[in-house]
Amino acid sequence: MTSSPKILRAYGDREGDGMLQMSFTLAILPGDRAREAAKRFAEAHGLKNPLVVTMEQAAPEHSYFVVYGASVHGVDVNAIHVEELGARALGRDEIEQAGKKLGRKIVVVGACTGSDAHTVGIDAILNYKGFRGEKGLESYKAFDAHNLGAQVENDELAQRARALGADSILVSQIITQRDCHKENARALVELLQQQGWRDRVILLLGGPRIDNKLARELGFDAGFGTGTLPTEVAAFIVEQVAQREARAADKRT
Amino acid sequence: MARVPVDASVVLRCRELAADIARDVQSTIDAHTTVGVERTVARAYGVEGADAEGIPLANALVDRLHKSKLLGLGVGFFLGQELVRGAASVQEAAETLAFGSGPPASVSEADAGALRAALAPHTEKAIGRMDRARDARRGLRTELTLGSEPLKYVIVATGNIYDDATQAKAAAFAGADIVAVIRATAQSLLDYVPEGPTTEGFGGTFATQENFKIIRSALDDISRQLGRYVQQTNYSSGLCMSEIAWMAAVERLDMLLNDAMYGILFRDINMERTFIDQYFSRRIIARSGIVINTGEDNYLTTADAVERAHTVLGSQFINEAFALRAGLPTEQMGLGHAYEIDPWLEDSFLLEVAQAQLVRQVFDRHPIKWMPPTKHKTGDIFHSHVHDAMFNLVGVLTGQSIELLGMFSEAIHTPLLMDRYLSLKSAKYVFGAARHLGDEIEWKPDGRVAKRAQEILGSAHDLLIEVQRESIWTSIAAGVFADVKRTRTGGKGHAGVVRREERYLNPILEALESR
Repeated sequence: MTSSPKILRAYGDREGDGMLQMSFTLAILPGDRAREAAKRFAEAHGLKNPLVVTMEQAAPEHSYFVVYGASVHGVDVNAIHVEELGARALGRDEIEQAGKKLGRKIVVVGACTGSDAHTVGIDAILNYKGFRGEKGLESYKAFDAHNLGAQVENDELAQRARALGADSILVSQIITQRDCHKENARALVELLQQQGWRDRVILLLGGPRIDNKLARELGFDAGFGTGTLPTEVAAFIVEQVAQREARAADKRT
Repeated sequence: MARVPVDASVVLRCRELAADIARDVQSTIDAHTTVGVERTVARAYGVEGADAEGIPLANALVDRLHKSKLLGLGVGFFLGQELVRGAASVQEAAETLAFGSGPPASVSEADAGALRAALAPHTEKAIGRMDRARDARRGLRTELTLGSEPLKYVIVATGNIYDDATQAKAAAFAGADIVAVIRATAQSLLDYVPEGPTTEGFGGTFATQENFKIIRSALDDISRQLGRYVQQTNYSSGLCMSEIAWMAAVERLDMLLNDAMYGILFRDINMERTFIDQYFSRRIIARSGIVINTGEDNYLTTADAVERAHTVLGSQFINEAFALRAGLPTEQMGLGHAYEIDPWLEDSFLLEVAQAQLVRQVFDRHPIKWMPPTKHKTGDIFHSHVHDAMFNLVGVLTGQSIELLGMFSEAIHTPLLMDRYLSLKSAKYVFGAARHLGDEIEWKPDGRVAKRAQEILGSAHDLLIEVQRESIWTSIAAGVFADVKRTRTGGKGHAGVVRREERYLNPILEALESR
């Protein structure tokens, strides 16, 4: 991609003014010294003329600050290359139509793996109830969705997915302390590779700290972050399955 | 207080139905014990420590008896027998039973009287430890002032107990009345309690007896500095429900998350195991003066908060009935519910008021616990802060006893120091600004709030009729609560359920039941 730079700055009240707010705590009690510390801290982050608008004692030894300032930084959006998902934005009806064309149900198996007990993400995508007014994959005729719930070990997930003949496996990872989500996710990919069926399944990763780029790096086919709607996941899966079946058909002819 | 119409005869009928439901389960409870119950008994008798691999002696002892198919007699039976045979202490008796050569124990014909007599001083000592901790808490609560209701409850969850202590003090300084140390993810599925202080944990910090002590000590310090008693809570749930209750009792915790059905529904722990364990844990909790917090709020994170509101109320009646059977006074029953309706739904605020007020009136002497929005939280922290403010308004309007404060960073990370500070500041403002709002207004008798409250009570009544008819076992299997289905013998920990033999001996339980 070769196009002229397009620099964006934070837009506050006028184009390019760079205005933003930041809040933080420092281990110092309120006072002139603390105010100056907060100002310099903000300057170190690239804020010009920072204004310390709040300074309050928040704990026996800590103060809480809110600072406004003009960020000197900008980003060139034309220089950004991201791993695009590639799935077209399909609506529910289009997804059902595409499913119908396949002539069979797409089997999807999802779980929160490892020690993770937070099912909010996987539930939002798979369960009938869905998320933000969109019903989950369970509600589609095109899908046969299985939500295995929380704290499912990779071994168990692989075994169940295989037994169910999964076209796609959805892994949700919400807990991210010390990068446990990455280790867990990577371990599943390795397990499926060892068992020799990694390439036969569409592996998807979801969670608040997950994006497509990270998921791809970890060996998944795609990643979905916060706010992902069931249709986005459904569209991706249905397109992938259709493409794979078409490729398989090509090989046969 | 702005009241909603509550038909007292329907409430009474709900209580009768719930009592029936709990009675049906009690026969199973009374006929069984579990590895968790027996480890608790061992710990109460003073069995302490762990081996180099971290396996607690209580586990080594109970596992050995269980493998030898002897656990149905109770760990007390064998400890008593070793004492009769000349063991110098309970600890020595436990070590012999756990690690001695040959079979773990032979069953003598020693009569129950002799075993009981040998255990008597140790039983008395165990009960005495609990009573002393309870009295010490009472003393502190009298000496210092207590926060006003709704009590402000916040969570710390760093993974490192020493950082937790710093955060707990910071929270207390900022106005928290209750501090919970969130447990490490998946501790509920460990069939042992780790030993000693811990500094590594995902999603929270391990519940250990030493960790309890560290936080209680930090909170005692800050309580004295502030002149205000700050309460501590943790989780008596999962496979070590009753062991944790024991540890909390002697380390002087003030509250415990403790629910008759939570483990079954949300951790896939076996039904029988959970019912048996909750009973023993609640016997300990009742004696210790600890306030339980039940987990009905969780139902609304998996099921819809509008459609399934009545399941929360129904479950509260059942939790109350189980708690009554375990000797818990109503003043120690922090029945849980939550503010989880989609905030963008028209009149969602009124629907929340209706349920909160209904629960307040139905459980009028209970320290009910009100949980904040989580399900519909997004990364928009500014909107989230407003959402929490509305929750706080309903909390003070309807006179909730314990309020777990919402965090604007709910959907993002475990709360930072400043998140907690701002949450406490906002709650303090709303609670103060609207302190007597409930006294000043009345709901229209035929208005939306009143009708919604009547509808929920009616549906809860219907639900209890169904559960009573089908039994709790069948109802849970059918997914009545939280849309989660579990079977009687499925789930984790069923292998640790043991039928009591005729000569089963558990003087600790007897002492707790006799009071």
